[in-house]
Amino acid sequence: MTQVSMTVNGKAVSAPAEGRSLLSTYLREALQLTGTHVGCDTGQCGACTVHVNGKMVKSCNMFATEADGAEITTVEGMANGDGSLGVIQQAFQDHHGLQCGFCTPGMVMAAAALLKDNPKPSEAEVRAHLSGNLCRCTGYHNIVKSIMAASGQDVAAVAAE
Amino acid sequence: MYEFDIKAPSKLGKVVRKLKKDEDAVVLGGGQTLIPTLKQRLAAPSQLISLAKIDKLKGISSDNGVVTIGASTVHADVAADGAIPALSALAGGIGDPSVRNRGTIGGSLANNDPSACYPAGALGLGATIVTTDRKIAADDYFRGLFETALEGAEIITAIEFPVPDKAAYVKFDQPASRFALVGVFVSRTGSDVRVAVTGASESGVFRWAEAEAALAANFAPEALEGMTPSGDMIGDIHGSPEYRAHLVGVMARRAVAAC
Ligand SMILES: Cc1cc2nc3c(=O)[nH]c(=O)nc-3n(C[C@H](O)[C@H](O)[C@H](O)COP(=O)(O)OP(=O)(O)OC[C@H]3O[C@@H](n4cnc5c(N)ncnc54)[C@H](O)[C@@H]3O)c2cc1C
Ligand code: FES
Ligand code: FES
Repeated sequence: MTQVSMTVNGKAVSAPAEGRSLLSTYLREALQLTGTHVGCDTGQCGACTVHVNGKMVKSCNMFATEADGAEITTVEGMANGDGSLGVIQQAFQDHHGLQCGFCTPGMVMAAAALLKDNPKPSEAEVRAHLSGNLCRCTGYHNIVKSIMAASGQDVAAVAAE
Repeated sequence: MYEFDIKAPSKLGKVVRKLKKDEDAVVLGGGQTLIPTLKQRLAAPSQLISLAKIDKLKGISSDNGVVTIGASTVHADVAADGAIPALSALAGGIGDPSVRNRGTIGGSLANNDPSACYPAGALGLGATIVTTDRKIAADDYFRGLFETALEGAEIITAIEFPVPDKAAYVKFDQPASRFALVGVFVSRTGSDVRVAVTGASESGVFRWAEAEAALAANFAPEALEGMTPSGDMIGDIHGSPEYRAHLVGVMARRAVAAC
């Protein structure tokens, strides 16, 4: 075990980790931040998406020790300071962007990464950006709509209701 | 996963020394292939030696018609660079944004997955693979499925790409993984034409000599009309050998049209 330290959602944290400990395991088990979901554990589904130094990555496909010293943002960091839903989270609620909610933390983190680089994405750009985030429930339409709405665009004509 | 330690030296010499001392040690690049492999317990390394802290392995530079990409450069950085647009487009089409933020060009070429994109780019541009020991021409580097010319403790440090006059990569995505069901990289530099095919052959990435000859005579999609490669093509649940052979012709014509 080695001591691994990083900044998670603005807070300095430190906990021991084995060489083989994944970042997803470290967040969920050592830090008890269970908002980051583990769906496939094979790098395919994107439920475990977090930001490492501002870039989206699959936390099940990175070792905790590799994030030593990094700035991490998880879905727990997406709410407003007063605990109310952030803009992207609120848009998912308003536009029915989730059903079971298992993929949602990854979807929200993917959306946040996209909107940081591309504040007004087209529908095609949103869909391309979500290529590594799988959802078994919604059929994606309302997820795309939620992300477009979070970017402040009129979504009346986007996808299906 | 079996148990192992991870070391991240800041000097390349130290990585090589560690690999020479312990033959069960394995290099860790972006981990996008290695970590899933370890999870399946398909490998049991004694330790992983990460390249992440070796800064000189990262970055892209251009000099005298040659673009040099450090082995630890992630796909997203190659995608954002415009020095060889066809190569940047190839990098921007690998996997998904998360994979592109971690996966490296060196890891992809060391792994030489028969359906990976970079092997087609390296072979299709006549790149040179630079390692800790030597320089290897792409034509001599790829040795079949997951096989390369790399020796035990040899590490890829950079890849040198000559800038072509024209080039394009077109792949037919395998929609679940987004690897290439078939991908074709075409380049033209003066009268020299290269056609490299990934995802199709039982022998891994290959140059399609008949297509190169036809395009050298007439660089147009029509020159490849009705042509399919010979040799054993991959057959799996995603496509039969005949289907893949057909796709190679279609992707090659599209790549020429996109040049
Ligand atoms: C969901 C998903 C989708 C993907 N889609 C695609 C796709 O569409 N096209 C595509 O081409 N690839 C795809 N990939 C693979 C991806 O491109 C990987 O990044 C790449 O194959 C390996 O690079 P890495 O840096 O992650 O290497 P690692 O996984 O760290 O290492 C892979 C192998 O290379 C060795 N190695 C690493 N670096 C070096 C070096 N510098 N010198 C010598 N040996 C080294 C390691 O020891 C290991 O054996 C996908 C991966 C995932 C998870
Ligand atoms: S749990 Fe990480 S990609 Fe599915
Ligand atoms: S809402 Fe159930 S997986 Fe996406």
